[in-house]
Amino acid sequence: MSYAFSLVVLLALPFAGSCVAALLRENARNAEAWLAGAVALAGLILVASCYPQIVDGGVIRYTAEWAPELGLRFSIRMDGFAWLMATLVTGIGFLVVLYARYYLSPADPVPRFFSFLLAFMGAMLGVVLSGNLIQLVFFWELTSLFSFLLIGYWYQTAPARDGARMALTITATGGLCLFAGVLIIGHIVGSYELDRVLASGALIRAHPLYVPALALVLLGALTKSAQFPFHFWLPSAMAAPTPVSAYLHSATMVKAGVFLLIRLWPALGGTQEWLWLVGGAGLVTFIFGAFCACFQQDLKGLLAYSTISHLGLITLLTGLDSPLGQVAAIFHLMNHATFKASLFMAAGIIDHEAGTRDIRRLSGLWRFMPVTATLAMVAAAAMAGVPLLNGFLSKEMFFAETIEIHDNSLIDQALPYIVTLASMFTVAYSIRFIRDVFFGPPPQDLPRTPHEPPFLMRLPAGLLVLACLVVGVAPTMTVGPALNAAVRAALDAPPPPYSLAVWHGFTFEFFMSFVALAGGAAIYVLLRPYLLRGLDGPPLLRELSGRRMFDRVLVAISWRLARWLEGVFGTRRLQPQLQWLTIVAVTAAVSALFAVGLSVGNGSSSGPDLPFALLWVVGLACAVGAASQAKYHRVTALILLGGAGLVTCVTFVWLSAPDLALTQLVVETVTTVLLLLGVRWLPKRFEPAELNGEAGRVIRWYRVRDLLISLAVGGGLAALAYAAMTRPAPDSISRFFVENAYLKGGGTNIVNVILVDFRGFDTLGEITVLGVVALTVFALLRRFRPAPDSIPVPEQQRTQNLFDESLPEREKGAIVRDAMAVPALIMRLLFPVVGTMAVFLLLRGHDLPGGGFVAGITMAVAFLLQYMALGTAQAEERLRVLPVRWIGVGLLLAAGTGAASWLFGRPFLTSYFGYADLPLIGKVPTASAFVFDLGVFSLVVGATVLMLIALAHQSVRSHRIAAEQEAETPATAAGDAR
Amino acid sequence: MTEIVLAIGIGTFAASGMWLLLRPRTFQVIIGLSLLSYAVNLFIVAMGRLHTDMPPVLEKAGPGDPALYADPLPQALVLTAIVISFATTALLLVVLLAARGLTGTDHVDGRETPP
Repeated sequence: MSYAFSLVVLLALPFAGSCVAALLRENARNAEAWLAGAVALAGLILVASCYPQIVDGGVIRYTAEWAPELGLRFSIRMDGFAWLMATLVTGIGFLVVLYARYYLSPADPVPRFFSFLLAFMGAMLGVVLSGNLIQLVFFWELTSLFSFLLIGYWYQTAPARDGARMALTITATGGLCLFAGVLIIGHIVGSYELDRVLASGALIRAHPLYVPALALVLLGALTKSAQFPFHFWLPSAMAAPTPVSAYLHSATMVKAGVFLLIRLWPALGGTQEWLWLVGGAGLVTFIFGAFCACFQQDLKGLLAYSTISHLGLITLLTGLDSPLGQVAAIFHLMNHATFKASLFMAAGIIDHEAGTRDIRRLSGLWRFMPVTATLAMVAAAAMAGVPLLNGFLSKEMFFAETIEIHDNSLIDQALPYIVTLASMFTVAYSIRFIRDVFFGPPPQDLPRTPHEPPFLMRLPAGLLVLACLVVGVAPTMTVGPALNAAVRAALDAPPPPYSLAVWHGFTFEFFMSFVALAGGAAIYVLLRPYLLRGLDGPPLLRELSGRRMFDRVLVAISWRLARWLEGVFGTRRLQPQLQWLTIVAVTAAVSALFAVGLSVGNGSSSGPDLPFALLWVVGLACAVGAASQAKYHRVTALILLGGAGLVTCVTFVWLSAPDLALTQLVVETVTTVLLLLGVRWLPKRFEPAELNGEAGRVIRWYRVRDLLISLAVGGGLAALAYAAMTRPAPDSISRFFVENAYLKGGGTNIVNVILVDFRGFDTLGEITVLGVVALTVFALLRRFRPAPDSIPVPEQQRTQNLFDESLPEREKGAIVRDAMAVPALIMRLLFPVVGTMAVFLLLRGHDLPGGGFVAGITMAVAFLLQYMALGTAQAEERLRVLPVRWIGVGLLLAAGTGAASWLFGRPFLTSYFGYADLPLIGKVPTASAFVFDLGVFSLVVGATVLMLIALAHQSVRSHRIAAEQEAETPATAAGDAR
Repeated sequence: MTEIVLAIGIGTFAASGMWLLLRPRTFQVIIGLSLLSYAVNLFIVAMGRLHTDMPPVLEKAGPGDPALYADPLPQALVLTAIVISFATTALLLVVLLAARGLTGTDHVDGRETPP
């Protein structure tokens, strides 16, 4: 297996594992843990197997084309630094999985947990192994997303939801800033490849866009690493299950920020801006976090602030802008991951076994869990920087680095003293963690009696503590080479001389360590009386909560501002919306014309044409009539609308558009029937007396205003149409269609060839829409209870009913049926005629006017006539139309015809045509487009019939409801108008 | 002359449709949409210029001469537009019937007197 390939496997494995984990059963705790553990362990082994390649400064690369037209390649790249990070991610990941197996209770849904955890592992590996900045940002945002899901794992509790939302808001916003920064860097360098970017440091630093790019990248990195002033999401994220905190919020995700800083240091570092922005943020966070940590009463809260503080320390080291600073930063990054993960695990064990993690209630746990206590104490000592543990080594490097002179400003000179003071607080909270939890009197009224956890739950913490110890005692023999490789890769240069020795003699930095330890102990003693008062949070800063400010800002933006904007600009009423839409559209059109001017061409093609003018006199009358009658005389308006439609239809004939005329004609028929079916449920309106006074004036003003808008629209459209029609037509793609309709489509009806062949894909989309609309109508009406009939049974029908009921041999409705007998018979006899007509239209469609659309609607009209002739119930007894099947068959036929061309190795919807010689009939065109048109036909039949039947059934249903009510109250129901 | 007649016709259809679209009753809106779609369909066909007695149906099998036939492209566009506008009319009708059943009014806002 080549190294590049193993990188691909390494990256794909966690995501694959995540998918599998999501599919396992709810209670498959062991299977989940085995799966996740195996994935993490396999990842660790893969990473380890890459070691020989990278230890001497080698780089393993895998690239694949991603979006070549954008110059983007998917690229995985592992050098020494990425190797170190990948080891942390997979190694600690494995230990956390083991720990989580015992931590989670049987009631927790495990598939979700392990699935997200593995996906997060994959995303984190993606961040550290990306060889391309865009790809890095992608995985970066994925880590934010999975962190959100993991923090919100116990979503039934409010803190989990709030913490998750806050973490996502902050880190994902930072991610967007990072994306913008990366785009600027890509713009400067001309490539997003990490290798190119790292080699272009001088170019980037000299560019005028350097400061914006730096600021944006820093916003991304500092939010992710919870640096001041974005630190507050991390303590809130402690609502996550402890394994998540141990993994994400100590060892991996928050390290992504500092990882990025160190990674991009060769490209972005080495300037005053870097020194002040990064160093400043790190220094403030280091002190602030350490100070706040001392005053936390929640064990995890203490660890969270301590993490913030240590991340500040690493950021400060990076910000000090020297190769040795980067060395110390990388070293402390790995050391912190080991001791902090084990401390989180210990805190989780205490929470698990004692039932609380409130420091005020915990005390004297040494007696109950000596092994866990020992592990926690060693880890806390490493955190404090006690000699012979790994924390001491990196901290001493840190002290040494602060003594160095950087820009010789006042802060630079004061730096050793400031960091010594901050380290005292570090020591103080470490002592507090040990002293207050494990020593002192036995605990009172704990929720549970504490005891040692199972061995395997302790094992991960134990292994991590062992690592702290071994690294602390023999650094050069253990992590020396790996660190060296990482440093070389991160600096993109040979590493500076540095020593990993445990003992450097009585140097100034040793003295600082000593002062910090002693001072820390003193601070703890001094603070103890204050801490025993049991107040949560640090003095002075308690009221100044970043979390609260965040909430306020969020409320202001997402609620107050939004409400205000909606109040000022929004309306929920349809009419003003349409008015404004129209006004804006008209204004846009007019202003466009204002620049160009609208002139009329002189290409009028024809002389006076009286019949056409007369036709349109009718058309105008119909349109204006429909507009004026639509409110109080709906059926009149409907008839006038039909008139306007017919005028349109005749105009199509006039303008050499036979296909349109045919389609318009049948659609007009069906639309009229449809609207007629609907009219009965609309309320009756009576023309009121003319309004006078204030109300009348307002209404008249509304009408004048709407009339002006309408006239503007109509006049504008007329002017545009006239201006366009009097000019010669430009040469468009129509030429292609005319010339090739027969040659390439095998049909002489060009419109039909365009629809089923040249633009067949559009038509496929179109009929899909039609099918969706029909199903929507059907679904809406299925559960629909219509409004009561707004029109009472007419006088005539009541008289007829009375007559029918008065004679015993007659049944109700017989008169109507008798009177309709002849038309009904004719309509029934018409069914085969109309059906044949439809087939005729379908068959000739490719060569002569006709086609699937018009044939389909004609066929629907045939069905419709049966319904009208027989009534819904009887029609369905004799004729079972299954419209949904027609729709399905139609879609399958159309899409299947398209897909069939794949069998011949052609693109979707490539059509075939030829002419078959049939006996008797002669030459018959056989084009695959015909099958497509057949699909269109079937779908249009199904959709139209489905909609009409669905509406017709409503009438049946409302009759049934009325009949039921009549049966219940026979006395009052007769002729009841309701 | 045909041009000016058709332009006036399109304008009137559009104005009538727009007027109805701004009315408060759902039925008016539905009629208005239909009128407006006639206007727009005619407008699109008119963009292919006016040709009489030149239907885009090839007279003999073989390559066609664009000068002899009406522009087929706007016609193809409008043909599907007619069918789709039928579908949207049906959908709108059903939605407004449902709204009428739910709210008890046929006002476009679902309540009689807007605030």
